Amino acid sequence: MAKRGGNGQNELGLTKDEYRGAPSTLCKGCGHQSIANQVISVVYEMDVLPEKIMKFSGIGCSSKSPAYFLSRSFTFNGLHGRMPSLATGAVFADHTLKAMGFSGDGDTASIGMGQFKHIMRRNVPLLYIVENNGVYGLTKGQFSATADQGLELKKQGLNPYMPVDIVREALASNATFVARAFSGDVKQLREILKAALSHEGIAIIDIISPCVSFNNQDDALHSYSWGRDHEVAIHDLAYVPPREEIEVDYDKEVMKKVTMHDGSKIVLQKIGEEHDISKRVDAVNLLDRADEEGILLTGLFYIDTEQPSLIDIKGITEEPLNRLTNDRIRPSREDLQDVNEMLF
Amino acid sequence: MTASDTALAEQENREQVVNDFSITIGTVNGSGSQTSNLTIIRSIFKMGIPVSGKNIYPSNIQGMPTWYTIRVSKDGYLARVPEPDIVVAMCPESFQEDVDRLPPGGLLIYDQGIRAEVEREDIFSYPLPVQKLVRASDAPRNLQDYVANMVYVGALVALLELEIDKVHQALDFHFSGREKPVDLNYKIIQSTAEWCSENLEKVDPYHLERMEATKNLKLVSGNEAAAIGAAFGGVQFMGWYPITPATGLADMLKVYLPKLRKDPETGKNTFAVVQAEDELAAIGMAVGAGWGGLRAMTSTSGPGLSLMTEFAGLAYYSETPLVIWDVQRVGPSTGLPTRTSQGDVIMAHYLGHGDTQNILLLPGSPYECFKFGWRSFDIAERLQTPVYVLSDLDLGVNQWITEEFEYPEVEMDRGKVIWEDDLEAFEGDWGRYLDVDGDGIPYRTVPGNKHPESAWFARGTGHDEYARYSEDPEDFLKNMERLRKKYETARSLMPEPVLDEMESAEVGILAYGSTDPAVQEARDHLRDRGIPTDSLRLRAIPFTSVVHEFIKAHRQIYVVEMNRDGQVHKLLSLEVPEETGKMVSVAKVDGLPLTAEWIVDQIESMEEK
Repeated sequence: MAKRGGNGQNELGLTKDEYRGAPSTLCKGCGHQSIANQVISVVYEMDVLPEKIMKFSGIGCSSKSPAYFLSRSFTFNGLHGRMPSLATGAVFADHTLKAMGFSGDGDTASIGMGQFKHIMRRNVPLLYIVENNGVYGLTKGQFSATADQGLELKKQGLNPYMPVDIVREALASNATFVARAFSGDVKQLREILKAALSHEGIAIIDIISPCVSFNNQDDALHSYSWGRDHEVAIHDLAYVPPREEIEVDYDKEVMKKVTMHDGSKIVLQKIGEEHDISKRVDAVNLLDRADEEGILLTGLFYIDTEQPSLIDIKGITEEPLNRLTNDRIRPSREDLQDVNEMLF
Repeated sequence: MTASDTALAEQENREQVVNDFSITIGTVNGSGSQTSNLTIIRSIFKMGIPVSGKNIYPSNIQGMPTWYTIRVSKDGYLARVPEPDIVVAMCPESFQEDVDRLPPGGLLIYDQGIRAEVEREDIFSYPLPVQKLVRASDAPRNLQDYVANMVYVGALVALLELEIDKVHQALDFHFSGREKPVDLNYKIIQSTAEWCSENLEKVDPYHLERMEATKNLKLVSGNEAAAIGAAFGGVQFMGWYPITPATGLADMLKVYLPKLRKDPETGKNTFAVVQAEDELAAIGMAVGAGWGGLRAMTSTSGPGLSLMTEFAGLAYYSETPLVIWDVQRVGPSTGLPTRTSQGDVIMAHYLGHGDTQNILLLPGSPYECFKFGWRSFDIAERLQTPVYVLSDLDLGVNQWITEEFEYPEVEMDRGKVIWEDDLEAFEGDWGRYLDVDGDGIPYRTVPGNKHPESAWFARGTGHDEYARYSEDPEDFLKNMERLRKKYETARSLMPEPVLDEMESAEVGILAYGSTDPAVQEARDHLRDRGIPTDSLRLRAIPFTSVVHEFIKAHRQIYVVEMNRDGQVHKLLSLEVPEETGKMVSVAKVDGLPLTAEWIVDQIESMEEK
C-alpha cells in the first residue's frame, strides 16, 4: 500500500504509531498479538480515523487485547460473553462509526453462545472477531468448547467432547459475512479484515490464534505448526478499496468480484475447488470435506450484501442519534396536549 | 326473583347505597372479559364518580378463573377493599367461591347457565339468561363467546343505572372508534339492559349516580404513563424482554414513539426499540447505548432484574447512565407472576456484587410514572449511573385516575458530556474519572467525538482517573470514595417526599408507591378512632434530610410496605440508626394490594399496646 501522505503518513496524515495502543501484556508469541498488529495496519492503510472506530470486547485474553491497539478509538471492555449486546446498543449512538468486537472461543462459544447467535440474527453492523485458541488462557489452560475431540494437554488430560465450530455456527445463524483466518497467515488475514470492515452488517471472522502457553503442541489444531502445515485457502482473496481499479492480474475466467456498499470490492481467485460464496450449503460441504481431509480451511465462506442491517431496519436518522439536540428528542407542549386529549 | 325474605326485610330498614360499594366480577380468563371490565370502570369514571379497578388475574392464557374488582367511592377512597358488596359470577369454576364471598345483604348477578338457582337466601340475586341473550343477538357465531361478557355490562346498566351513553363512549375509546365492534358489543349491552328492565324487579339498594369528581382527570395505567414520560424524556434506546407485568410498558413505547418521536425534518426515527433475546442482553444493549451517549432504558420485573445484575454492576462501576424500570411482582423466584408487591427495593438498591449503591425512584401514581419517566433520564445522565424506577403490578397494569400530564418544567439535563470544543478547555488534562468539580461526578466523552484526546477505555476492571487499568490500592480507594461522594451528591437531585400533616399527630406513617390510596384512607379512619397521623410518602432513595426530620419529629413511625421483611424499614434503620427504636415495620405481601382496613388494624393494635 502506498503511503500517500509521505513520511509514513496515510491519507489522513496519520502515522501508524497513532493507531497503536498500550504496551501488550499478552504472552510473547501469542496469536492475538499478531491479530492486533494486523488490525493496526488495516485501519491505518484504509485511512480510517481512529476516532471513527468503536471497539468492544468481553472477558479473556482476546478481550484484553483491544487495549493494545487503536488507543484513540472509544472502547468498552465489558462482561464475559456479553460483548454482542453491549455493541448492539452502542452502534445506535453513532451509526457512522465502524464497530469492531473482539472475543475468544470461551467468550463466544461457551458463556456467550446465546448473544453470539442473536447478534447474527439481527445483522448488527459489527466486525466480530473470534480469537480462537481452544483453551482458557487467563485461568491456566482449561479446554474451551472449540477444543478438538481427543486433544490431550498436560494438565487437563484428554478432551472427550466434540467441538463447537464457529464458522458452522455462524452459517447456521444467517450471519451475512463468514470467514476463517489463521493468525500465522497475516497476508490473507489483512485482506479478510479489510473486506469485513467494509461489510454493512455482521461480519464473523473465526481466527485460529495459537496459545503459546497452553495449546501449541505440533499436533494440535490450534497450534502454529499444525496451522502452517495444514492451512488451505479456499481462494486467493484481495480487497480493492473504493475508487481504485482492480489491478490484480488474474485469469478472468476464474475470478469473482463482490462489490460492497461502500464501493470497495472483494476479488476472489479460485485456487482449488469451486466455491460459491453465496451458498451456505456449499460452505458446509467444504467444511465437512476439510475435516475428513484433516486440513485447516481458510477464506471467505459466505457473504450476503443485500440483507438490511439493524440500523437500516430501525430507520433511524442519518445524523448520529447522540448528536441530536434536546429539541429534536423532546416532543412539544402541543404534542403533550394531544396525548392528554387522547387519553380517556 | 330469588331475593330472600331476610334480605328483603333488611332492605326495608336499609338506606340506598349510592356511589359507595365494590364489585367483584368473576370470569373465565381469556374470554374477553377485560373489555367488559374496562368498559364498566370507564363508564363509571365518565359519570364523574371516583373509581378504581384491580385486575386479579392468573398466570394463564385461557381457561382459569380471573377476577376484576371495582371500587366506587363518592369520598374518593380508591384502595382495594377486602370483600365485595356486589358479585358478578360468570365463571363456573369459581362460582361458589364468589357467591360465598358476599356479605348478607350483598348483591349477586349471575349466569343462570352455570347454576339455575343459588342457595343463599341472605343476598339479593338476579339470574341472567346469558346464552339466550347472546343467541338472540346478531353476533356472528365465532364471536359469541367474546361478546357474552357484555351481558353483565348490560345488567349493570339496568340494575345500577350505569349510564348507557357513557358505555358507548367507553366502547368507542376501547375500539378506537371502529364502528363494527362498537356496535356489536353495544347492541348486546342494550338488549340485555332492556331484558333486565322488563324481567327483573330492582330490590337491592345499590345505585350509581352522576357526580362531578372526575372532571379534567384521566384514567390510565402506570405502564402507559411511564411510556409517555419516557417519550417526553427523549428516550433514544429501549432494550427489553417480555415479562409480566412490565411488558405493557414496552408495548406502549411501541405505540407512542412512532407517533411522537419521528424527526420532523426527515421523518426518520430518533429512537430504537429492540426486543432482546433475554434480560441479560436487554440491559446489555441499554448499557451500550447509554455509554454511547443515548438516553437508554430497559424495563423488567423481579426475575428479569435478577438476570440483569451483572450489567447493573458494570453500569454502576463504569458510570454509565441508563434507566431501569422494575414493575414489581411477587417473588422469591418466579413467585406470583400476576400479583403485586414491593419486594425488590433492597435488591435494586444494592444490585451488583461488591460495594454498590443504586438510585431508586418510587412513583406512587400514574402521574409520577409519567414524571419519573422523563426525569429519570436527567438524573441518570447527571449522575452517570443507572437509575431504577420501582413501579409495581398494581400501579403498572391497573387503570388509575390521574391529573393530566404536565409538560416537563425544566430543560433536559444531559449532564457532563463534553464534545470537541469543550475538550480544548481541558488543555490536555481531561480524565474520564477525574473529579474536577468536587461533586464526585466526572466529565465524559462519547463515541463520535473526533477530538484526538476524546477516546477512553471503558471497563469493569479497576481503573485510575484516566480510565487506565489499575490494581493500585490508592487508585481503587480513591475511585470508590468518589463514587460514595457522588451518591451524596445524588441526595440533592432526588424528588422530595410528599408530606401530609394532621393536627396534633404524634405518629408518623412512612410509605411509598402504590400503597398510597390505602395509607391515606387508613389515616382518615385512624383519625376517626383518635389516632391522628402525619404521613410522608417517599419518592426516592437515597433519602433526603426531610426523611430524617420527619422521623425525629414523631413519637412513633410506622413504615408501611408491601413485602414480608420491611425492606424500606431496614434501609431507614441503616440510614437513621439512632431512631431505630421508634420505627415499626408494617409490612405484608400476599399478592393483593394492601387494604386500608389492614393498615388500620395493624397500627391501631400497636398504638393500644
